[in-house]
Formats: sequence, structure tokens, C-alpha cells
Amino acid sequence: MVRFENVGLRYGMGSEVLRDITFSIEPQSFQFLTGPSGAGKTTLLRLILLALRPTRGLIHLFGQDVNTLDKTTLTGLRRRMGVVFQDFRLLDHLTTYENVALPLRVQGREEASYRAEVVELLRWVGLGERMHVLPPVLSGGEKQRAAIARALIVRPDLLLADEPTGNVDPSLARRLLRLFVELNKTGTAIVIATHDLALMDQFDQARRLVLGDGRLHIYD
Amino acid sequence: MTNVGMTDWNRTSAERHDWAEPEPAAEPQAERPLGRNQALVPAASIAGRALVTVIAIMTFLAALTAGAAQLLADASADWRSQVSREVTIQVRPSPGRAIDDEVAKAAAAARAAPGVADVRVYTKEESERLLEPWLGAGLNFEELPVPRLVVLKISPGAEVDFAALRQTLASQVKGASLDDHRMWMERLSTMANTFVLLGIGILGLVLTATALAVAFATRGAMDGNRGIVEVLHFVGASDAYIASEFQRHFLRLGLRGGAIGGGAALVFFLLAGWLAAAWAATPEGTQLEALFGRFSIGWRGFAAVVAIALLVAGVTAIVSGLTVRRTLQELA
Repeated sequence: MVRFENVGLRYGMGSEVLRDITFSIEPQSFQFLTGPSGAGKTTLLRLILLALRPTRGLIHLFGQDVNTLDKTTLTGLRRRMGVVFQDFRLLDHLTTYENVALPLRVQGREEASYRAEVVELLRWVGLGERMHVLPPVLSGGEKQRAAIARALIVRPDLLLADEPTGNVDPSLARRLLRLFVELNKTGTAIVIATHDLALMDQFDQARRLVLGDGRLHIYD
Repeated sequence: MTNVGMTDWNRTSAERHDWAEPEPAAEPQAERPLGRNQALVPAASIAGRALVTVIAIMTFLAALTAGAAQLLADASADWRSQVSREVTIQVRPSPGRAIDDEVAKAAAAARAAPGVADVRVYTKEESERLLEPWLGAGLNFEELPVPRLVVLKISPGAEVDFAALRQTLASQVKGASLDDHRMWMERLSTMANTFVLLGIGILGLVLTATALAVAFATRGAMDGNRGIVEVLHFVGASDAYIASEFQRHFLRLGLRGGAIGGGAALVFFLLAGWLAAAWAATPEGTQLEALFGRFSIGWRGFAAVVAIALLVAGVTAIVSGLTVRRTLQELA
């Protein structure tokens, strides 16, 4: 699904922030991406999302070499991925419902074709009563769940979550982890970037990708 | 993509209470839309009012130019049609020939020409009176070889074969020449065309200035909404979709600015027409009307103003769309 071979990344003329990164993510797998703050977890996720281009090495995404992608293919690949940002990145002028429906709306689908599905997912993540509320009114946990619902609505093959429990209390963090595990059971590969060791210990079947000094260490 | 049905959410909902707050039982959803079809680019994030003002001013100036060009073109067409309906035969006296006979021959030839509605022969006294403004009154014109004039009125819409008439006069009337005012008409035509071209040039400049203002505003809007653009990309929006979102917004601004500017121009022309009509009774007004015709741009002028307003709105939308696409490519 995702394959990195000797990937390196540097900004400008600076030293490499990621060095010789080689790993792959298999379909329906579950992994934590961890490491100290500033180790490059978000950067690695942005490489997978194709928001950054590597300065060296090869990245294959869903069987395609990202160096040869055109814009249309890139958009198609992004539609197979869901992403949960650390700071949620909900659009403040759209309601919770509109935010969650956004990935379907940008595909040009009529609202009537996805309305029931979005409402059902909002109820599933416990936001059924908050669907007409604007994000600034939501609590941290509600925003987190709205962001997760937005990532899930397209039934992605791969879900990338950047510190999804960073802004919530331990109880909600546990519940969110269960949500990811359930999602993984339905066939979605999961990558959760976190430095929360307690969270990782709750699901020790997951693979751990540990970033340190710009290099990646894998613990299956 | 994982192609599982909607019921998967239901399947897992049995375990939902493990991680989510309890939810009341799902009510059947009404068929009314839940989304408000809200623009993805917030209207408040774009310097909309300033841009609408710029577009309105540009549209107003372009519409004024087009209206003025239309007025001049109409006045010129009016002059030309008046001049072209009257043709003069000049008969110069020549030694050994009775000029009255030559004038009569010229008048007969003119009457015989198809398309000529009326022929008026200026008498000797009338011809001499025409010279008085230049030579003064009370002179004895007996010694001067004063040419005689025959004025032909052309039937409206008729095409007169001036070449044939000229030929006839040359062969039958000694000292006769036909003046169909072609030179004057060509000059008037050139002047009118120059004004129309000037109008088109100014319209081009106005559109260019509008396009540049819109391009700057679009870039500003994209900088201000960089976060939104990034999120749209990550949730799978294509560049074309993002560009269309901006384009839709800018089209709305363009239409608003165009409507304000075009509307102001229409009000200006209506008001000016009304004032000119009220002023027409004065000597200055009469002179102006004689020179420029009635101060009315007519339905073609009004249509031009509306077309300009739509054109400006269209340019606004197209330029914003192109700017967004180019900026997205630069970002990529």
C-alpha cells in the first residue's frame, strides 16, 4: 500500500531531517508512528500524504511511483486516504455536518446521495446532536471526533492520524483508540502518530515505527 | 478504496458505547438538505468590498466610454445620412455659352437619373447671395464668373449611379461638375471610426486593469485561505474544484460590481438625456444638438452598457479561476 525506499528529506540547504527511511504499510495493518517531539512524525505523514516531496529515495503509494504522478492521479490517491490532523483543521465557517461531508462534496456528489451516510456516521461518533454546530462551539473531544469522522466518511484504504489523542483526556483517548481499532477491523490500514506511550500500550498488537535522529526503527 | 456498505456503521454501532457517548435512537432523516451549500472559501476572508468598488468604477468608466463612442457614432451616422441625401452640380460659366442653357441641361440630366427625388436650380441671384458672407453685400457680381448650383435631393434609401450621372454631365454640359460630398463623408467616417476604436481601446485598458486587480485580490484571498486550500487538497479536492470555488465567489463579486457600475452609468445617461432635453430650448442646447444630435444612447447603448457589465463580471471570474490554477501549480 505504502512503500518507502531510502527516502531522505531536507529543507533547503539544511541537513536531512529524515534519513534512509525504508518501510512499508500493508493493507489492513495497524501501526503507531512514534518518537520524541520534533523527530519528524508529522513530516513523515506529510510525505505519505504527498504534501511534501522527498529529496531522495523512492515512494510508492498504492502501487504508483509518486515521482511520476500527474495531478489527477494525485487527487485520486488522496481520495483513498483519510487524514486526522493534530489541530483538527476543521473549517470554522462550516457546520459539523458540512465538515464531515466535505470529502464527498469535493468529489462533486449531490448532497442527497450522501446525507443519510454522513448523519449515520455522525451518530456513530457521538455527534448526532451536534451536526448543525460550528466548530468553534465544539469541545476539544467533539472536534477530534468530527475530524475523525471527516477522515472516515470516504471509507479510506489508509487512515493517517497525527496525535489524535493529543488534545483529549485519557478516557476519551481510550475510546478513540477503540474507534480506530474497529475501523481497522473493517479493512482500513491505520497509522497513528503519537508520543503517548500509554496509548500504545493499550493496543500492543500494533506495529511500532519509531523515529529518532531522522531514522526509522521498526518494531513488529 | 474499502468498499463496504453504509450498514457497516450500523454493524459496529453495537460496540459504539465502548468509545462514544450514548446517542439517542436515530430518527428518520427528513429529506431536506442539511448542508447550506455554504461557500468553501469564506466570503469575509476576501477583500470583497474593495474589489466590488474597483470593479464598479471600472465598469462605470468603460460604460461611459462606450456610451460616448455610441453617441458620436450615431451623430456621425446622422451627419453622413444628411449629407449623402444631398448632391450638388456646379456649373461654371464658360465663354461662348449661355450658362442658363447649361444649367437647364444639367437639371434635365439630373431629373433623368434614377433615385433623384427633387432637383432645385439656384437662380443667379441665389448663387450670388451664397457668396455674400465671404465677399460682403452690395458688390456688383456681373464681372465675376459666379458658378451656378443645382441641388439634387436623393430619395431615401435610393442608390444613385453617380458615375453614370457624372459621365452624362461631362458629355452634355460644359463646365459642370458633380460633388457627392464623398470627401466629407470619408472624413466623418474616419472620425467616427477613430472614436469607436478609442472606445474599444479604453475598454481594453479598463478590462486589463480589472483583470490585474482581480489577480491581486485572488492571490491575496489564496494567501489568506492557504489553510483551507490545504485541507481541501487533503480531503481529495482537485485543483479544478478549488479553482471553481474561488471562481464562483469572484463571479458573484464581479456581477455585483458590474451591476453597480453599469447601473450608475445607465442612470448617468438617463439623467444627462433628461437634462439635455430640458436644455434643448436654449440657444446653446440647440447648437449642441445640431452638432451631436440628441443626447440619447438608444437601446444599442443600453445593451452595450449591460454587455460591458457582464463582460467585466466574466473577466473577473475567468481571471480568478486562472490565477487560482496558476497559484496551485506554483504551490505544488
